[in-house]
Amino acid sequence: MSLDLKYTYTEKKDTRSGFGDGFLEAGKRNPNVVGLCADLIGSLKMGDFQKEFPDRFFQTGIAEANMIGLAAGMTIGDKIPFTGTFANFATGRVYDQIRQSVAYSNKNVKICASHAGLTLGEDGATHQILEDLGMMKMLPHMTVINPCDYNQTKAATLAIAEYKGPVYLRFGRPSWPVFTPANQKFEIGKAWKMIDGKDVTIFATGHLVWEAVVAEAMLREEGIHAEVINIHTIKPLDTEAILESVKKTGCAVSAEEHQVNGGLGDSIAQTLILHNPAPLEYVGVHDSFGESGTPTQLLEKYGLNAENIVKAAKRAMARK
Amino acid sequence: MKKQSLPELQKICSQLRRDVLRMVHTVQSGHPGAPLGCAEYFVALYFDQLHHNPDFQMNGKGEDLFFLSNGHLSAGWYSVLARSGYFPVEELKTFRKLNSRLQGHPATHEHLPGIRIASGSLGQGLSVALGTAQAKKLDKDASLVYVLMGDGELQEGQVWEAAMYAAHYGMDNVIATVDYNGQQIDGPTAKIMDLKNLKAKWEAFGWEVIETKEGNDLAAVIAGLEKAKSLTGKGKPILNLLYTEMGYGVDFMVGTHKWHGSPPNDEQLALALGQLEETLGDY
Repeated sequence: MSLDLKYTYTEKKDTRSGFGDGFLEAGKRNPNVVGLCADLIGSLKMGDFQKEFPDRFFQTGIAEANMIGLAAGMTIGDKIPFTGTFANFATGRVYDQIRQSVAYSNKNVKICASHAGLTLGEDGATHQILEDLGMMKMLPHMTVINPCDYNQTKAATLAIAEYKGPVYLRFGRPSWPVFTPANQKFEIGKAWKMIDGKDVTIFATGHLVWEAVVAEAMLREEGIHAEVINIHTIKPLDTEAILESVKKTGCAVSAEEHQVNGGLGDSIAQTLILHNPAPLEYVGVHDSFGESGTPTQLLEKYGLNAENIVKAAKRAMARK
Repeated sequence: MKKQSLPELQKICSQLRRDVLRMVHTVQSGHPGAPLGCAEYFVALYFDQLHHNPDFQMNGKGEDLFFLSNGHLSAGWYSVLARSGYFPVEELKTFRKLNSRLQGHPATHEHLPGIRIASGSLGQGLSVALGTAQAKKLDKDASLVYVLMGDGELQEGQVWEAAMYAAHYGMDNVIATVDYNGQQIDGPTAKIMDLKNLKAKWEAFGWEVIETKEGNDLAAVIAGLEKAKSLTGKGKPILNLLYTEMGYGVDFMVGTHKWHGSPPNDEQLALALGQLEETLGDY
């Protein structure tokens, strides 16, 4: 059985490579862009930038707290630092440094985090952070972005270099469908309605946007027309787009590679409860840590794939 | 700024101590002990050493910059900033009050001139100073970056991450000073968590270490900072171990951790102010 997908792809690539390529391009466009990495240059795909601009790149060793402080200090000299490490070490390990030296001080640091969520795979739960979006979105001044594929990650990387203020940019490791256009314009804080629908809205972020696209086709085969909205910016949240869609569809599903506690779903729930209470079903990790496995196995076991989005959509519709 | 004579600078030290005590007394909160001990350092830095512009620019291009890592010394820093022209001296009376730019711990959020980053949660200032110093190197800006840390603060692991970085990258435009008063909130550092041989530790991390043994002797503090400056540009970061006495300048406050975070009451304030000449006019 082949699905009638509204978006298709010809290749798979990792979102971290979108970051790496965008970072190199940002460095070419603006001499103030600098890079820092805590001993994960290869994993973060920061090597091309380092090779092109060796004087503007700083290997910090395995010392993430210092890296965040260095980056904050560099902004005082008008530099635009991009820090790179795994999402776990980029957030949980250095929350206080980010809070005081970056967010409270409102410094123009771009905290770039790879290997987020379950799709990191075999390394297991120590590295599979599922709380980072929640931690980052709670910080005043912080912009939180979680793009869906290679092209969107590259575009987001270029966009945050232009934007002044602290940003958390989250991406991942697995090879993933490239289904959004190359050279797209990325508007921070502007949700992207990818598919029109009338029965239920699927709000997805990161890798799960692709799963939402697949789920939409599966639902359509059953005569259900889902609207798919790509929430690449978790904060500031495009509440206008969310409310407009749910006004039409009357119910919603949130889909994210993150704990349901404190993630995108909670932000949407907050928006709905304040302005237009409507049924919402969460697709996310339910208060547990991850484990070792392949990305596909993990998404299946923890209920984060298209099949689970389909089930959640039906549950939401039944509650209308 | 015109250089001032030693007696003139000493007058500023006395006034700074009065400012600190009156500020923490008014709101009955804050940290008097360490800023009393660092009065000579603050005055030497802002009135003698720094090439700086009180007409504040955040990016500080072409200026020497100072970062206070141990943010609880805020009362002392605010006093020296006000007294050197960054903001009106009268504003010191708003310290720690609602809607003030003079937050309990330094912050940029309220745009107080002279403050470039928030501090208070300890251990972060050296990293920030190094980042700014790195930006200066990128810009071929030959000015210097100064940072003050507490000795108890050195118990934070991030300090040693930063120490390693500084030596690895030859951050020879940074002069870090440790307020070596041997005290922290819960007691003497030797009892709480012994720092052991700090000089050897910093040297082992690849720093050039100087010792200013008389950290409450203004001439010695200036001489120490001059020596530190003479050592910059030689490929190594500079660490100035500044031996001070917490609470210096008030006989019943000196040399104990008891005044680390406790303000004087009315009687104690009167007693303390009686030992400190009002030289520049109280705010």
